[in-house]
Amino acid sequence: MTPKSILTTLAALWLASAAAAEELKMAVTTSFANSGLAEILLPVIERDTGITVQLLVVGTGQALKLGEAGDVDAVLVHARAAEDAFVAAGHATHRREIMYNDFIVVGPSDDAAGAGAATTAAASFAAIAGAGAGAAFVSRGDDSGTHKAELAIWQAAGITPGGDWYKSVGQGMGAALNTAAGMNAYILADRASWLNFANKGDLALIFEGDAALFNQYAYLPVNPAHHPHVKAEAAQALEAWLTSDTAKALIEGYRIAGQQLFTFNAVAN
Amino acid sequence: MVSPILPLTLDGVELRRAGRRILGPITLTLGGEGISIVLGPNGSGKTSLLRCMHGLERLSRGSLGWNRADDQVRARQAFVFQTPVLMRRSVIDNIAYPLRLDGVPAGRARRRAADLAETIGLAVTLDAPVQVLSGGERQKMALARALIRAPEVLFLDEPCASLDLASTAEIETILARARDAGTRIVMSTHNIGQARRLADDILFLDHGRLIEKGPGPAFFVGPLTPQARAHINGDLLP
Amino acid sequence: MNDLFDGLGQALRLLVTLDADLIEITGLSLRVSLGATVVASAIGLPLGAWIAVNRFRLRRTVIALLNALMGLPPVVVGLVVYVILSRSGPLGVLGLLFTPSAMVIAQVIIVTPIIASIAHQTIRDLWADYHDLLISLHATRRQRIVTLVWDARRGLLTAGLAGFGRAIGEVGAIMVVGGNIEHATRALTTAIALETGKGDFAMALALGFVLIALAIAVNLALHMLSGTERSSRW
Ligand SMILES: Nc1ncnc2c1ncn2[C@@H]1O[C@H](COP(=O)(O)OP(=O)(O)OP(=O)(O)O)[C@@H](O)[C@H]1O
Ligand SMILES: [Mg+2]
Repeated sequence: MTPKSILTTLAALWLASAAAAEELKMAVTTSFANSGLAEILLPVIERDTGITVQLLVVGTGQALKLGEAGDVDAVLVHARAAEDAFVAAGHATHRREIMYNDFIVVGPSDDAAGAGAATTAAASFAAIAGAGAGAAFVSRGDDSGTHKAELAIWQAAGITPGGDWYKSVGQGMGAALNTAAGMNAYILADRASWLNFANKGDLALIFEGDAALFNQYAYLPVNPAHHPHVKAEAAQALEAWLTSDTAKALIEGYRIAGQQLFTFNAVAN
Repeated sequence: MVSPILPLTLDGVELRRAGRRILGPITLTLGGEGISIVLGPNGSGKTSLLRCMHGLERLSRGSLGWNRADDQVRARQAFVFQTPVLMRRSVIDNIAYPLRLDGVPAGRARRRAADLAETIGLAVTLDAPVQVLSGGERQKMALARALIRAPEVLFLDEPCASLDLASTAEIETILARARDAGTRIVMSTHNIGQARRLADDILFLDHGRLIEKGPGPAFFVGPLTPQARAHINGDLLP
Repeated sequence: MNDLFDGLGQALRLLVTLDADLIEITGLSLRVSLGATVVASAIGLPLGAWIAVNRFRLRRTVIALLNALMGLPPVVVGLVVYVILSRSGPLGVLGLLFTPSAMVIAQVIIVTPIIASIAHQTIRDLWADYHDLLISLHATRRQRIVTLVWDARRGLLTAGLAGFGRAIGEVGAIMVVGGNIEHATRALTTAIALETGKGDFAMALALGFVLIALAIAVNLALHMLSGTERSSRW
């Protein structure tokens, strides 16, 4: 390597990091990213607002942490209690509900545990736990919104999950689904990730439709009073767009395998 | 003309390695001109003595001094090692290397190296990697590398050990010519005939001690110690 | 087994159609890893040479430290760099987190010990051979290092390539400090992790094959450029 080529390389790296257009970093959950909706929304956002949204795909816990540290400008997650605490601590100026989708229980197509026959999500979980060694359950175990929803259902069922049949993998939705497919186990997944998942193996949709499986996404702009460098104006523009009719049409029009995934429920200011 | 860095004085020089005294105590003055031949059985300390004189070893006791300040002295000596050091370069670049250290431009250094290789009778492809040379050719290469700076004092550790008769004769001619040009030579050898032909004086080592020192002709006529007598007669001592 | 063939097919398809995304993430991978290797070499090669020829009190400690750092899990390096570059970290004002520069920094930390360690071993062996000659010829400290580095250049190239190999295949650190942002910090390895997460094994494998091909191509190119095959007699 000549000194000149080293300089050129360094210069190229520098240029790559110095952004041209307005860029906004938003932390989102894996389940949202895996839904594929982002690929529909981002280009239109860029066209309408001139903002290039850079997505950091992480678990809910880390997404909120990024917002707290000021490493992102906004957060889009689905974990009500944690979000409220986040706003209460002043990390975000406010919380704005955008849309919801739902969780589903996925499991072996023969449903040996009979989880599909239940009428509530909690009863469905109880059936899986009741099957003992006959059924395995894969948990995200990563403090994500999905993981928290799962824990809430176990609590509603009055069960403390644990034992050989309960596998906590501590990974994202895709990796957890891969594990469930490999073990032919039950798992709580968001519908979008499930429909987009390519490696289904012998897994099938077992239970859906309970209100307890409701999954609300909310938008949290990071508080510029805590972090003066955040792009508050861009974050505001993005919020306006996400709650607009354009967004509603795109979100509700998004379909995988003929199924609508998200329901827009933002309330106009 | 006697080199200004001489005489070299050793005063009670001792080398201890691994808890054992491998050389000394040796007290001696090396002055004047000519060729000193270091003789002695295997392990008697010939290599160690030469290395001490050249400044490659840290003395355990005693002192060693040249006639001039230190940094003058180093560049005016050269050393040909018992096993030639092969640099990962071509033959010609190995020979030219000391000149390159002195800042001589590559082209000029190479031309002088090529001339010297011819003088020494190193008839090989000079652009070949030095590793392809035969044992004898490697010795000649090392000798050329030592001579290229025209040293005033030249140490050689068994330089003809792996050479055939013709090459040995060539080297001896070169050394004799260097001596006549004023180079002070100190050389070890196991070849008694060679010692007879070249020695102006003899240093005879036994078990790390200098047990005999004197003019060459006298030494070969009447060695004083039984060890030296046995060595030059080729006797096998018990 | 099917996934493997699908992966190969997909890799070919991506390459033949010069897929824009593929070119982008491959370009980023190359830039980040080559950049990190260059910087790490600039630090590691002289450091390795220096440790090899100099005796100093903490020498053994430094060598042990280098060897220990070689085994450092990239995720840990990533995490440390992350915490330092985070807006609430000591170097937060630079705004480098989630940029290619942050990825380069993390990889420099991962790769430098490898390059320094291999360079140290290479130079140390050569120094053992050259020691007496260089002392005898009264070479200065600088001349010794220059001579050793030049004559050991083949081994040092290997050190650089080992560093590059580690960098280009590394995922843990650049995932954490880069964030795998599409069109910004998505590299081959993080894309592979993403596709695996989506269960799209064929795509993940395809990217894996591209990664292997890239690593081989860089190795061949460097060997060719440096002409080491011609002088392999050394
Ligand atoms: N670094 C060292 N540590 C321990 N012993 C050493 C060391 N260097 C030399 N010796 C010992 O010192 C003695 C003298 O060694 P030296 O090489 O000077 O002998 P020599 O007269 O040159 O022998 P040869 O004719 O075989 O070349 C040997 O017994 C050798 O083993
Ligand atoms: Mg010897």
